[in-house]
Parts: sequence; structure tokens; C-alpha cells
Amino acid sequence: MKNNERIIESLLFLSAITALVIVSMILIFLLKEGGPFLLRTGISDFILGMKWNPDPVAGEPAYGIFPMIVGSVYIATGSLIFAVPLGVSCAVFLVEVAPIWVQSVIRRGIELLVGIPSVVLGFFGLVLLVPLIREYFGGYGFSILAGSIILGIMALPHIISISADAIAAVPNAHKEASYALGATRWHTIWNVTLPSAKSGIIAAVILGMGNSIGETMAVLMVAGNSTVLPEPIIDVLDPVMTMTANIVIGMNYATGEYQEALFATGIILFLMIVILNGISYHMLRSGKIIQ
Amino acid sequence: MINIAGHHRILSHDTINKIATLILWASAAVTISFLVYIIGFIIIKGIGVINISFLLESPRMSGAEGGIFNAIVGTLCLVAIAIITAVPIGVGAAIFLIEYATDNPVTRMITFGVECLAGIPSIVIGLFGYAFLVVYLGLGFSILSGGLSLMFMILPWTVRASEEAIKTVPMELKEGSLALGATKWQTIVQIVLPEALPGITTGVILGTGKAIGETAVIMYTAGSSLLLPHSISDPVRALPYHLYILVSEGISEDMAYGSAVVLLVMILIINVMAIGIQKMCNRRRK
Amino acid sequence: MLENETIEIESIDINLWYDDIQALKDISIKLPKNKVTAIIGPSGCGKSTFLRCINRMNDLIKTCRVTGELLCGSTDIYGKDIDVITLRKRIGMVFQKPNPFPMSIYDNIAYGPRIHNNLNKNGLNDLVEESLRSAALWDEVKDKLNKSAFSLSGGQQQRLCIARTLAVKPEVILFDEPCSALDPISTTRIEDLIGKLKKDYTIIIVTHNMQQAARASDYTAFFLLGEMIEFGKTKHIFEKPKQKSTEDYITGRFG
Repeated sequence: MKNNERIIESLLFLSAITALVIVSMILIFLLKEGGPFLLRTGISDFILGMKWNPDPVAGEPAYGIFPMIVGSVYIATGSLIFAVPLGVSCAVFLVEVAPIWVQSVIRRGIELLVGIPSVVLGFFGLVLLVPLIREYFGGYGFSILAGSIILGIMALPHIISISADAIAAVPNAHKEASYALGATRWHTIWNVTLPSAKSGIIAAVILGMGNSIGETMAVLMVAGNSTVLPEPIIDVLDPVMTMTANIVIGMNYATGEYQEALFATGIILFLMIVILNGISYHMLRSGKIIQ
Repeated sequence: MINIAGHHRILSHDTINKIATLILWASAAVTISFLVYIIGFIIIKGIGVINISFLLESPRMSGAEGGIFNAIVGTLCLVAIAIITAVPIGVGAAIFLIEYATDNPVTRMITFGVECLAGIPSIVIGLFGYAFLVVYLGLGFSILSGGLSLMFMILPWTVRASEEAIKTVPMELKEGSLALGATKWQTIVQIVLPEALPGITTGVILGTGKAIGETAVIMYTAGSSLLLPHSISDPVRALPYHLYILVSEGISEDMAYGSAVVLLVMILIINVMAIGIQKMCNRRRK
Repeated sequence: MLENETIEIESIDINLWYDDIQALKDISIKLPKNKVTAIIGPSGCGKSTFLRCINRMNDLIKTCRVTGELLCGSTDIYGKDIDVITLRKRIGMVFQKPNPFPMSIYDNIAYGPRIHNNLNKNGLNDLVEESLRSAALWDEVKDKLNKSAFSLSGGQQQRLCIARTLAVKPEVILFDEPCSALDPISTTRIEDLIGKLKKDYTIIIVTHNMQQAARASDYTAFFLLGEMIEFGKTKHIFEKPKQKSTEDYITGRFG
């Protein structure tokens, strides 16, 4: 009996460490495939290089992913500018204002929105949003703007649900104290609830940043995939290529050093996301929003 | 100071409150209308393509003609492998974390690993699946490689959902069983898991939804063959990838709309199932 | 005072800590066989903690640390090679809130026997009936054994939990405030039941209800702030307590 329990416990332990093992192996394989290339090219040349031409007709290939890092950060930031105000007010509405039946409609809606495959959203963006932008704002249509809006829609449900958790975690006593002083609901939300939920909401924003940077299919289909920086840099109607799109497109026909460069892009992506998620996770933990 | 405060009074507190409430209602309405618009748009555009032969015929001419049967089969095979492997590991991990683990550095590392894996972009998991499963282990582009890569992606969600479900099992029930001289494992199998089952099932169903729609993970692990597979070492093309190829290679926009509708309907069914199970167990709790 | 009694459980200098907080201090007590011993005291006095030492339910609390000796018969409950499973089989426990499993009435009772011994179907049926009869529940449930245990009233659920404990055939039964969640009528029935059960079992009951202790027990121990202040025949404790604090508690001056 005792022995059986031991065996079971070790099996459970093995299942528990699986995720950790997979993460470590992902890192190891990325480093194995992309590390030597990264060292050869030089990390700063790779990250800060302006030119990406891995498969030149003539001459030396160039591996600079700076335009893609800018593209990823640009679109992720854009998506947040769009999703955060909308998401946070939606979360406030969900927790503080909405009648019960509306709450359940919104929660179901959020679950469904999370479920929409990114390739379907990308397709939607491609057939509807891109032509709209081309028509009304000019340019090519495939753009930072299109990518930001589509990724914003994808980020919305996550921002809403984490912010809603943070807002719901604000002790009722605080709110009641404010109401008891004669404050209106909005006054209470603005001066008591939101400041108390601040760290949770910021964590949601950082997490959303990570998710948006890591998003692949939708952005690939609407952002235009140009490997040069926008000109001028603030032109949101210009196309960009994200790191994720770079990997997808390249993997189709890359071999040798080109493929190594894609794995190296994966390393940079991995590090950016782990850092962002680490910060957000730490904030949520210390804010007691998750146990 | 007094002046500034006086300034604010141009709009009374009551008016501000009303405007703000209106904005909050509007933001929720906007969010829901995005959802409705996207789903409605795709379905209205694509519903005309859907018929029995679209669902049950093999694609011809790279998918420009025929149906999407092979891609549906591909998706189902990949998702099946992912779920079959992710559920035991995920539930086992959750049992360990909730019922066995003490708060120590190892446990924190394990939890961190789960969180980390949840955050890793799908394309990076795809790269890893390609380098490790396809090339290093020599599994090639196959259902197995693609399914296992999908498992890497949904595993953290399975762990989290199971953890949540197991956490809600009341301590009194566990104590009742232990006090009768049941071992920990007997208590888990006979008391904890049956109680947590609805929650775990809901989590697994939502995980299935994620796996159905995922593309980047399987692009370079499952292959893109449009032939029907005969074994798990055969390559397949999943439905979302098929949709991407139809669009990006300009093969057929109609077929793309049809595939998108099928994907959305699958997701809708998944969500309805999850809601149904939640409702069912809420009723049972009462 | 215990001269004519056989001792079932003896604790010698039991100390217990949760992290750095000491919850029990040098508890030494001898609990007689086939008698009902009540442990009373204000909340937080350690009475439940002590009870949960006896079947080692405190093991479930990771920060909990116990020193001292606790003997059941001649075995040390905290001895090195003790099997907690066998121990809990010998020392049953009924909890504060009725905690039937989400199963049928029958399966609730059969849960323990199914785990511990391989009875055939008839044997199991007999055991279920016998246990329900001993818990004075048989007549009320015999026609709906396959119904969910949650269909019973609170008092019935608690008697079901007692029957479930009896089905494992323990020697000692620990009651942790078994009536605190019940109405007065159900409480009386449980008290009567406890009175009947002591013929076959050694019973230890923790209660904050002094009338209950006075009515249902043969011996009483008074706990205060993790220490055992006084122990003796219930009659003596309630009529002429030796300690000032016992008297204060019994007369309702605190707690």
C-alpha cells in the first residue's frame, strides 16, 4: 500500500514537471539551432541590423531583424492603445455596473471571442479591414493600423477578464466606505476601485503586450510583411513584418544559415515574451489576484 | 484649490456619473458588437458554400474545388492526439500541485514552468516541434508531431483548468474519506476527481477549442498534405492551415469563407458544450 | 478517579505547534474505554486540535509539528512505523458539519468497507444495514438507499456520517462538535445515539455546548489556551470543579 502510494506520487510529480521540461527543451533546442548563428553574427548586429536579406540573388546575405522588432512592438503597442481603454471600461462595466444577465452575456461573449481562431480573424481583417483602410485612409491597406486593430480585438478578452478579476478583488469595504461618504458610483470607481486595481490592470496590459508580440497568423495576414522600417517611422498606414511572421514565411523555404537565423529570431521572441510574462505574473502574484 | 473644485461643478456629480455609466455600457456594447459582427460577417459570406459535398468531399485542384473533408479529418486527428496526451499529464500535474506539493522552490519552479509554457508564442512551439519532433526524433511531418506540438500548447491550459476544478472540492469531503482510513490516492480517485470532473471537462473542452483553431503550431510539424492519412505517422493538413493556404495563395476566397464558417461552427459547438456542462454541474450542486 | 476503568487512549506531554505558534501545551490525559469523554473549552482552546491529534488528521496541515507520546492501547500513535491508514480505521471521526460524499446513501456507508476489505455483495449489504441500524437511521432510509445522501436532512446526514464511521468497525470514535450545525431535536437524537454507542466504542466528543457535555458524557476535560486545566468525572467537574477557571467557564463567566 505504502509503496503504491509512493509510485503514484512520483508519477504525478513527473506529470507536474512536464511543462517545465518542455519549456527547458524549447529553450535548449532554440539555442542549439539558433545559438551558434547568433554568436557568429553577433547579437547586437542581429538585433540592431537594419537589413534583412537572407537569400540574396548576389552578394552576402544580411540578417538584421531590427525592423521586425520594431514591427512587433509597434503593432503590439497599437493593439493595446486600442484594447486597453475599451477592455478596462468593459471590465469595470462587467463588475460594477452590469445587471446579472448582461454579465453572463458578456462572459459568454468573451469566451467565444477567445475561441475565434486567429487565422479566421486574420481572414476577416484581410477581406474587410484592409480594403476599408485602403479606401478611407489611403495606402496599401496592409498596415500597422490593420494589424493593431485585429490584434486589439484578440487582446480584448484577455484584458477584460484579467482586469475584471483585479477589479473584483478590490475589497467591498473600500467601495462601501466611499458610497457611505455620499460619492456617486462613478466617483467611487474612478477614485477608489480603479486605483486599488491598478497593479492588476497593469499586469493585464503587460500580459496583453506579450500575447500580441507572440501572435502569428492574424498579423501575418494583415500587416503587409515589409522588412523595412515604416517611412516616416510614425506612419501607421505603412506595412511591417513582425518577428513571428518572419519565422512563418521563412520556414517555408529556409535552409542552412537562413533557417538558423529564424531560430535565432525565435530566441529573441522567446526572451521578450518570457520577460514580459514574468513581470506580469509577478505583479499578479504579489497583488494576490491569482493564488 | 477652491476655484478648481468649483470648476468641476460645471458638470454636476450626477451628470458625470450618468455620462460615465453611459460610456461603460457603450464599451460593452462595442465589444459584443465586434464579436457579433465578425461571426455574422463570416457566416453570411460563407454559409452559401456549405453543403454536404463541401463537408464530405476531398479537395481537388489544391482546394479550389471539391470539399474540405481531408482537412477536417486532419484537424480531428491532431486534436485527438493533443487531448489524449494532454489530459492525463495535465490532470496529473494539477493533482500533484494541489494535493501533494508543499510550498517550496521546486513547486514554484513547476508553477513557473506552466506559466511560461502558457505564454510561449505558438510559432515558437511550432519551431521547437519542428526541430525536436520532426527532425531530431525523426517523426517527420506527421499527425504525431503535430498532435504532440499542439499538446505542448494546450497542456498549461489543461493544468490550470484542472487545478481550479480540484481546488473547489471541499476539504470536508477529503477529510471524511481520510478519516475512514482511505489513502490519499483512494480519496483522490473516489472523492476528489468525481467532484472535479465537470470543471476538468469544461477546461478540456475549451482546450479543444484552442487546439482546433491553432495554426502556427502545426504548420511545420503536421505538414500540409491534402491526402487522407492512414496512420499517425502520415502528414495531414489541418483546417485552419488549409484556410490560410487558400487565402495566402489566392486559391479560392469562397472555399476560404466556407472553411472559416466550419471552423467557427466547431468553436461555437465547443462553447455551447462547455456552457452546458457548467449549467449541468451548477444544477447538481444545488 | 479512573481506578475502575481500562484506559484506551493515553497522551503524555503532547505539545503541538503550527509554525511557531504553540497550540497545545503538555497535554497529559488518560481516556477510559467504553466511556464518553467530553472535551470542553472556549473556542481556540485547542480542544479540536487535540482531537485531531488522536487520528492524526493534523498530518494534513503541513506546518503542524507534534511532540510527546500518544498511546492507543499499547501502540504509540506517533510512533515511527505506525500506518496512518490502519490507525484511522481503528479511530473513526465524525465532523462538525455533516460531510456525506456526493453519492447514494448506500455508497456512503459502503465507501469504507469497500476500501478496507473485500466483502461479497451480501456481506456488504448486511454491513450497511447493521451500520445504519446502529446509527438509528435504518428505518428512515431503508427504502431509499440509492437516493443521494444530500436528499437527507442535516440531522439525518450527520447520523449517516456516524453510520459510515461505524461501518469501518473502529474501536474509538472522535466527535468534533457533531451537533453544532443541527437543530435541537436532531441534537437530542445524536446525543441518545452516542449514549448507546459507548457500549461498544470508546467515545471522545469535543463540544462547546456545556449542557451537552453534562448530559452525554461520563468524563469531562476542560481546556483553556492550549492547556488542559482539569479532568474528572463529569459530575464532579460540573458540580464542584477544583480550578477557578473551570468554574468561571462552566458558570458562563467567559467563553
